[in-house]
Amino acid sequence: MDPRPNQEETITLDTFTRGLWKENPVFVMLLGLCPVLAVTNTTMNAIAMGLATLFVLVASSTLVSLLRKLIPKQVRIASFIIIIATFVTMVDYLIQSISLDLYNALGAFIQLIVVNCVILGRAEAYASKQKVSTAIINALGMGVGFTIALLCLGVTRELLGAGTILGFQMFSVDFEPWIVMILPPGGFFVLGAWLLLFEYIKQRKEKTHLNVEGVASHGS
Amino acid sequence: MSISDMALQQQETLVPEERQPDTPSFAMIRTLAGIAMLSGFLVVLVYQITKPIIAENKRIAIEKAISVVLSDVSSKRDYFLGEEGLILLDADQKESSLEGEKIYAAYDDKDELRGIALEAAATGYQDVIRILYGYDPSCQCVTGIKVLKMAETPGLGDKIAFDAEFLKNFKALDARLNANLDAIQNEIVTVKHGAKTEPWQIDAISGATISSKAIGKMINQSGQKVIPLINKHLNELKHPEKEPGKTSEINPEATPETKE
Repeated sequence: MDPRPNQEETITLDTFTRGLWKENPVFVMLLGLCPVLAVTNTTMNAIAMGLATLFVLVASSTLVSLLRKLIPKQVRIASFIIIIATFVTMVDYLIQSISLDLYNALGAFIQLIVVNCVILGRAEAYASKQKVSTAIINALGMGVGFTIALLCLGVTRELLGAGTILGFQMFSVDFEPWIVMILPPGGFFVLGAWLLLFEYIKQRKEKTHLNVEGVASHGS
Repeated sequence: MSISDMALQQQETLVPEERQPDTPSFAMIRTLAGIAMLSGFLVVLVYQITKPIIAENKRIAIEKAISVVLSDVSSKRDYFLGEEGLILLDADQKESSLEGEKIYAAYDDKDELRGIALEAAATGYQDVIRILYGYDPSCQCVTGIKVLKMAETPGLGDKIAFDAEFLKNFKALDARLNANLDAIQNEIVTVKHGAKTEPWQIDAISGATISSKAIGKMINQSGQKVIPLINKHLNELKHPEKEPGKTSEINPEATPETKE
């Protein structure tokens, strides 16, 4: 059995943009939802979590791809986890050195990046089969897609739940914040709303696509 | 032939079919060891680089908290207060193995003792709440609190950190010692919102009773234990022996955070 059945792909724009839209880890693949729901109560937390995940994703994909020929199939998962855990520990210290308040706000979710399935999924399904350059670009795309998704939730929840964005007041003083939005249920509500929007856009696109095709075949 | 032998035999016949194309164990060990070493190297590298920065951040955070709970402070000394008495710590000394409470004695620019900052903790609504509170021996009262860590409900319980009405309770919260000097005379308690009548009572926030009660409970617990000890060693704290390197300046620019 060939351990690497997939072809090495050539770099195209799609290698990067796939993670942003077509295979967005949160809105399309529904991966890594634990941090998505847990730490998106403010925009700042969402940005920090997104960037931390982006860094771990890119760094671990790079190393996994570099070592792909040296890692025997039997120990690959163990190897990937050690690599991911290393970069997570690094991020953990880096965030502590940047801001303790941020570190306290993110709590255990920094350490839990280790078990974020977006990252292990990328390492197993993509980086371990692709050239370093392709793996980096794909990981960047996925990481940016993940960050954007967190940001979508973070901005909405902070705006509705506290009336602010990044701490700046957005509404007049008589705005009554929907506190439920920054509580855990708010995470589910907002994620649900975003998924609905994405699915709606996707279906409408398919419909127009079908219509156009139908008209074209009819005309010929 | 016993059952276990049969099972063993069965296993032996099964294994060869399921086995993957051979990878020598050596390759696996080599890879795992190599990756583990690389991992160790990277982690140690980052740890070494960020260690002083993180220590500095923690120091700034504590100093900021001290200047919130005690007014007009310009320097502090860290002590350990336990069974063996009062032990002066180096300003940058790590948590030691000593049994007892870590306390911060804060002084103004004339080296007069302004008060003592202490940590306290109790279970709140969701998780443990940790606070720093200031105790002023001259008025025998608590002078302020600052929440260091909490996970209270946003909009309700988290008001304990910044609700101005609530924080007013701790401007001069009575913590006088009893005649035997071994406990606080009047137990510090949290009372229902609007029911405060005595200077040792804390007026709860309506809608955040559990969180407010936790604050009262932790100050009372910690106070009952530590304030009598502080009183015993008050002279040492007031007139510390001058040892260089054990007093750290509190940056005057580190003004207390103001939060609405």
